[in-house]
Amino acid sequence: MNRYPMWKNILVAIMILIGLIYTIPNFFGESPAVQITPAKSTTKLDAALLGQVEAIFQQEKIAYDGVYLDARGVKARFANTDTQIKAKDVLQASLGKDYTVALNLLSRSPNWLRNLGAKPMYLGLDLRGGVHFLMQVDMKAALSKAAERFVGDFRIALRKERISYVGVSREGETVQINFNNEAELIKAKTIISKEYPNLTLTESTNGEEKVLKASLNLVEQKRIQDFAIKQNIQTLHNRINELGVAEPIIQQQGADRVVVQLPGVQDTAKAKDILGRTATLEIRLVDEEKNDAATLEKAEKGQAPLGDDVFKNRDGRTILVKKNVALTGDYITDAGPGVDSQSGRNTVNVTLDARGARIFQQVTRENVGKRLAILLIEKGSTEVITAPVINEEIGGGRVQISGMANTQEATDIALLLRAGALAAPMDIIEERTVGPSMGQDNINRGIHSTLWGFLAIAIMMMIYYMAFGVVSVAALAINLLLLVAILSMLQATLTLPGLAAIALALGMAIDANVLINERVREELRNGNTPQASIHAGYERAWDTILDSNVTTLIAGLALFMFGTGPIKGFAVVHVLGILTSMFSAVLVSRAMVNFIYGYRRKVSKLSIGQIFKA
Amino acid sequence: MELFRIKNDIPFMSYGRLTTAISLVTFILAIIFLATRGLNFGVDFTGGTVMEVNYPQAANLEGVRKAVDSIGLKEATVQNFGSSHDVLIRLPIKTGLSVSQLSEQVKTALVAADPKAEVRRVEAVGAQVGDELYENGGLALFFVSLGIVLYLWLRFEWRFAVAAIIANMHDVVIILGFFAFFQWEFNLTVLAAILAVLGYSVNESVVVFDRVRENFRKMRKANVVQVIDNAITRTMSRTIITHTMTQTMVGSMLLFGGEVLHNFALALTIGILFGIYSSVLVACPIAMWLGVSRANLIGDLDKKEGNAKDAGKKEVFAEPHPSDFAS
Repeated sequence: MNRYPMWKNILVAIMILIGLIYTIPNFFGESPAVQITPAKSTTKLDAALLGQVEAIFQQEKIAYDGVYLDARGVKARFANTDTQIKAKDVLQASLGKDYTVALNLLSRSPNWLRNLGAKPMYLGLDLRGGVHFLMQVDMKAALSKAAERFVGDFRIALRKERISYVGVSREGETVQINFNNEAELIKAKTIISKEYPNLTLTESTNGEEKVLKASLNLVEQKRIQDFAIKQNIQTLHNRINELGVAEPIIQQQGADRVVVQLPGVQDTAKAKDILGRTATLEIRLVDEEKNDAATLEKAEKGQAPLGDDVFKNRDGRTILVKKNVALTGDYITDAGPGVDSQSGRNTVNVTLDARGARIFQQVTRENVGKRLAILLIEKGSTEVITAPVINEEIGGGRVQISGMANTQEATDIALLLRAGALAAPMDIIEERTVGPSMGQDNINRGIHSTLWGFLAIAIMMMIYYMAFGVVSVAALAINLLLLVAILSMLQATLTLPGLAAIALALGMAIDANVLINERVREELRNGNTPQASIHAGYERAWDTILDSNVTTLIAGLALFMFGTGPIKGFAVVHVLGILTSMFSAVLVSRAMVNFIYGYRRKVSKLSIGQIFKA
Repeated sequence: MELFRIKNDIPFMSYGRLTTAISLVTFILAIIFLATRGLNFGVDFTGGTVMEVNYPQAANLEGVRKAVDSIGLKEATVQNFGSSHDVLIRLPIKTGLSVSQLSEQVKTALVAADPKAEVRRVEAVGAQVGDELYENGGLALFFVSLGIVLYLWLRFEWRFAVAAIIANMHDVVIILGFFAFFQWEFNLTVLAAILAVLGYSVNESVVVFDRVRENFRKMRKANVVQVIDNAITRTMSRTIITHTMTQTMVGSMLLFGGEVLHNFALALTIGILFGIYSSVLVACPIAMWLGVSRANLIGDLDKKEGNAKDAGKKEVFAEPHPSDFAS
């Protein structure tokens, strides 16, 4: 009766084997590596890149331990960090800006393990060091910005249909159009309601004027918000690619938040600077009509003429710029630093998309002889980079912006423009930074806690329950093995609370074995034969084990549902630990006990410690 | 080795009044401490910034304080953390400055004061995040309790479910009471520990209840008090051994886990110690007073198995089991 059918033994053996294979990679450690990924999604990633990287290494005589291609890019391992950094510089120089070369750490596990998909556990930021940001997207600003765009669109539409209007303005998230008479308003309303079905239109009167108010309905608001967060995530991706971080995580959390995790990044100031930048480019006309000294002086004191904004240009001179935005950074497809061939000054060369090129051509055609201000808006402050005079109509969508102080600035601004604008400003509302030495300390703490705790439990169990104690400890070790294997397989993020959960899982899992051993003792005490006692002990303990684990499971699931960050990590390990413990404590330990006692002809005594008989 | 050689059942239920009275007193004390002292919430909940800074030499706290003061942060607290080389700086939320800007300013000031300063850890949480964690923590606690009650109700009986949840909520309140009394920092990991304790100490009640149900089936002649006393006595060995083992692991965390896991392990320790006590000596008397009986446990079981009307089969159950003679 204490023999498992063959399939059960095989099942246990296979599970242990799988557990071993997937646990092993954790023991190989990591070595410095570089990771080469295409900077743009359009760049192809194939074996050719692998060959290219290998050729570069041979040419530059860089010794590497291994180089391979996976779904994300080409990865190469090195013996030490010096070679790693040299390799990074060489690769970046030879591959150019189409590829991002980032420093990384890679598992030293052999290829056959990697081919099986066996990877070491994925360590969270608190264990490997790095920065975690939670960013809040300002949705109100996204809506205002969308409304602002309607202002321009309405003007164009009304002009095209030759409808006369007094003015178009924005107030918060509603756009207001003023007309002199009702007839024009009705014409305008039919056109707008046809072209923009997602706007809610209301009519009112303001003195003599008829007013049409357009506001975003809920569907449109939701669409704009969804778009804003998607656009922001895309922009963050681009910017982080430029930073050169291996394995960044950029995820949406909730309706209006983005989580950014940058493993290994230590220069938090730079990371924050690049992430937090909300640089957008605006091209507006300088108001030449009101450019007289008196108006400028008044403007300096804060009394800007209607429809104008006051800015200072780089020489410190006041400049009046029309509020109406001719062109925004949204139309930019590419930007790069350059040098003006005539003056030798640093420039940023911007390429516009077709629609932007058309608008730009029209603006320049209509305003020859006037100045065009190029504004860089960053974190709420606006700067006029340059305000050149339009000499002629500019077609083709290629714009050269002069007025850069030096090459570095030209490169920075080009990067900002290329990486795209954020659809709405974002604020960092949570930051967690862990230094690399701290990460290693945390790993050691977690491992030491688990190890010493495990040893102490093992010794006590073996003294108290003898052979059954040995079986329990072996089952507990297999529990640990399976838990680590599953965590490695799932590549779930392991945090310090996760490590604590591994330790706790072991401390709680032993309960099942204690229950079983106590039951077996009790059966023996009641005068049953050893074989019958094993059978009954396991059988009766099972119900209790199931019940008690379900309640623990409930707590784990609730933690998972409501927890964030480190708590989620704890919950995942906790829940998995309960599941593996049910398997190992019951099935595996039974298989072992069966193996010891099940095949003997006659068992007179079980090695389960002293049995006191009443 | 065998530590527990108990011949006769220990009459736990006759101490029921005493044990619940002790519980009630500790419970009320915990509530008083919570009300008067309140919990010392960490930045996870209140929002604000915590920075851990390491110096190669013993840290000059006065210098650090000056550096922090220099950027107009008078409310900051600066103290040693773990060793004399490590300093912990706490900053409240500053209006008009995002948490990440604040931490960057402090970092710059610290490095300016002493270039060897190494910022090892920064945790900066904005006010709105803190509020949400607060809410989610409460929700998690609520759903864990609800889930456990429903499961025990389904698996046993409502009296057991109610008794178990009262006993275990009492553990939670006592852990909170300890944290309030000693003003230990209450952070997210402590919350995780409390929820884990909740699941864990319900285990304890489940093991005893399981035995109570089994005894009702086997010990036909015994009354409710005898049945419960026997169940507790028979499971006592397991209770003590299991908790010793779990506590060994938690103790190891307390010793080797460092500052981050310290309060986590502390909460677990209190939870485990009180868990043993309450899940046995509080849950059982409550279940008894709520009127748990053979009829409402076994009766249900028989109906489920479709044996209710089969008197003949019932007789088989009445056959005394060898273990009945133990009492």
